Amino acid sequence: MANEKKRTPERISLAHGAGGSVMEEIITLISNVITEKNVSKGIGLKELDDGGTIPLQDYEIVFAGDAHAVQPIFYPGGNIGKLAISGTVNDILMMGAKPLAIADTIVVEEGFETTKLRQILESMNETAKEARIAIIAGDFKVVPKGNIDQILISTFGIGMVKRNKLILDSGLKPGDKIIITGSVGDHGIAIMAHREGIEFETALESDTAPLVEPIEAALAAGRITAMKDPTRGGIAAALNEFAKKSNVSIWLEENKIPIKEPVKAASEMLGIDPFEVTCEGKALIGVVGEDADRVLQAVKKTKYGHDAAIIGTVKSDRPGMVILKTKVGGHRIIDVPYGEPIPRVC
Amino acid sequence: MDSKDQNVIDESAKLTAYIQKLAPKSDIVKFTHVCGTHEQVLSQYGIRSLLPKTVQLIAGPGCPVCVVPAQDIDEAIELAFKEDVILTTFGDMSKVPASRMSLFESRTEGADVRIVYSPLDAIELAKQNPQKEVVFFAVGFETTVAPIAAELLRSPPDNFSILCSHRLIPPAMDLLMGIGELQIDGFICPGHVATIIGVKPFELITHAYRIPTVVSGFEPTDILMSIAILLKQIKEQTPKAVNQYSRFVKYEGNLKAQQMMARVFEPYNAHWRGIGRVRDGGYEVKDEFEHLNARKKFNLKPKKGIDIKPGCICHLIVIGKETPDRCKLFGKECTPNHPYGPCMVSREGTCNIWHKYGKIDIFQED
Amino acid sequence: MCLAIPGKIIKVEGDYAKVDFGGVTRRVGISLLENVTENDYVIVHAGYAIEVLNEEEAEERLKLFQELAESLDDI
Repeated sequence: MANEKKRTPERISLAHGAGGSVMEEIITLISNVITEKNVSKGIGLKELDDGGTIPLQDYEIVFAGDAHAVQPIFYPGGNIGKLAISGTVNDILMMGAKPLAIADTIVVEEGFETTKLRQILESMNETAKEARIAIIAGDFKVVPKGNIDQILISTFGIGMVKRNKLILDSGLKPGDKIIITGSVGDHGIAIMAHREGIEFETALESDTAPLVEPIEAALAAGRITAMKDPTRGGIAAALNEFAKKSNVSIWLEENKIPIKEPVKAASEMLGIDPFEVTCEGKALIGVVGEDADRVLQAVKKTKYGHDAAIIGTVKSDRPGMVILKTKVGGHRIIDVPYGEPIPRVC
Repeated sequence: MDSKDQNVIDESAKLTAYIQKLAPKSDIVKFTHVCGTHEQVLSQYGIRSLLPKTVQLIAGPGCPVCVVPAQDIDEAIELAFKEDVILTTFGDMSKVPASRMSLFESRTEGADVRIVYSPLDAIELAKQNPQKEVVFFAVGFETTVAPIAAELLRSPPDNFSILCSHRLIPPAMDLLMGIGELQIDGFICPGHVATIIGVKPFELITHAYRIPTVVSGFEPTDILMSIAILLKQIKEQTPKAVNQYSRFVKYEGNLKAQQMMARVFEPYNAHWRGIGRVRDGGYEVKDEFEHLNARKKFNLKPKKGIDIKPGCICHLIVIGKETPDRCKLFGKECTPNHPYGPCMVSREGTCNIWHKYGKIDIFQED
Repeated sequence: MCLAIPGKIIKVEGDYAKVDFGGVTRRVGISLLENVTENDYVIVHAGYAIEVLNEEEAEERLKLFQELAESLDDI
């Protein structure tokens, strides 16, 4: 198709923050304005990977940041605090690095209850302990009532990796396999259950979690070629990024993709594609073909990886495309999602 | 993978084999469906990639995104900008380009537009916001008209009203048959509309035009079976109306629903986007329920909307007369992120699917 | 046209009912139907049950399959 010329929007819409193809307009705007994109030969805004790197002797310092404005701030399976720490820890892990420390900024609305703040800080601490990192710096601000919705948390993390062990989204090679560490769409559906206008009940919990254990197990068990934690835009956005950056095609099998019953039911009820729904505690791992089973077994032994599965294969033809073989044997292209999936009735 | 999945695979394989055998060897047969959800299942399961080249499935005017006139969306946007109004809508309509902008874009200029899954959610919002007027943008076909009629008959709160833009399917199918040069060898009929109106209206089309009609369900195996049944009837030249979705469709439909609909709504010669007036093609709220009709409550002055912008050929695409690659805006001014015409908006819009699948001949692969 | 999915009636509450869609439950209107009871399977669209499952459908489906199979014998 004609290469869609990226237009700068007049105004920012919700879709510009939803991790899909419309968000790319803002990323283009940012990368056009920011000229200082890399520290010497390190990874930076030029590559737009999960994080940036600063070369230091034969190591790379990995640096990643995330902002969080989830609503509701307390949800089944987690809260904004656990989400903020896990998100940045996972971004660092995806580069093959060992997370070391986090700085965070907390902005609250005037009148926010301190008991809620304490609960959030406690779960930030628990998550940091589980990820074996320290929270070493930060800032706290209060804004007049009504200027924001309760609380916003941003986190910035540092990790280290040997230069030759750095893992990028562009590392996939034909013949590699794609492993997912668990079921798709848990976080997005668990949150949507509370969204005004489409409420429903479910026992489903968000999968918010720091993935230190399954990723360390994977790295020890075989040759990992690429990693990415699918968040906004679900596995559809993440896999398309893999395919475009590695200039390969990814062939998935619908029957192999783990999906929990409530996520399937809610997606059908709302008419949305579960592959576009937000995940929060999952990783997509590219692994050399022969090592795939060994890595899978290693990941399945870990707490956050017991539902892991090999869901696809990397090929050289049709570079940049993600293709799904469906349950009935047909083929479908998995496209970059537009933005957040919107419920439909038709 | 559980046993249910396994028998879906087995059944699909068997039906695909039947289709290969029943399909004509050289001349092309074209079956039209008039349902956005049928198109969604076709795309989601890649069913077209299982069919022989001689069997083509054409998407007719079957989802509110493609057929609701720009004027109605302009009215919804006008209401959404009113200080005390919350405009609720199904997600489907949020991104459809109207004359100037879409409902989604109007949010960025301060309009209060909220997405709901059901009229129940809209009425709940009305109860929670007594100081506001909640208007529900009531689009959709017979299946959606029934629940809305049921709620209007339960005297919703005073601060609730609907902007009615409902359309009816059988009149549109008649209209399609009236367009001479369209090749329609059979209809895959919308199963959920049929749960309300029954099989009879589609039987009338078979008798009137001597072509087979199959009321189809929405599992991939339902659609594959419906295609096989259509092919069988063409081969045996015995056009009939068949109810493939008998697990939820009765011959006479849902009589109680039909009565409730008739109490609240009356048919009129509605305008369909890009198609024009369709005799008895839409529903309007009866005078008896005037207080629930947002057009009366807010005395909206009808202003002609721009249905088809210059250069756009969605009106020819929506009836299956043209294909998106013949439109000069396709993939340039008109893309999924910046839809110029309605058929580019929804994931099931013909242009959106062509933009995604493009000319890559992926379907005839292994 | 209209996205509708099957669900099981868990609890009837007047003109409404709680319906389970497989791990997801929602309040659904049932006034479009007559004498709906618990454990009935219904098809739900936009928050309303629009029809009850026809239990004997299985043989009708088999009949359609057989008709297709027979029509292939003479090819």
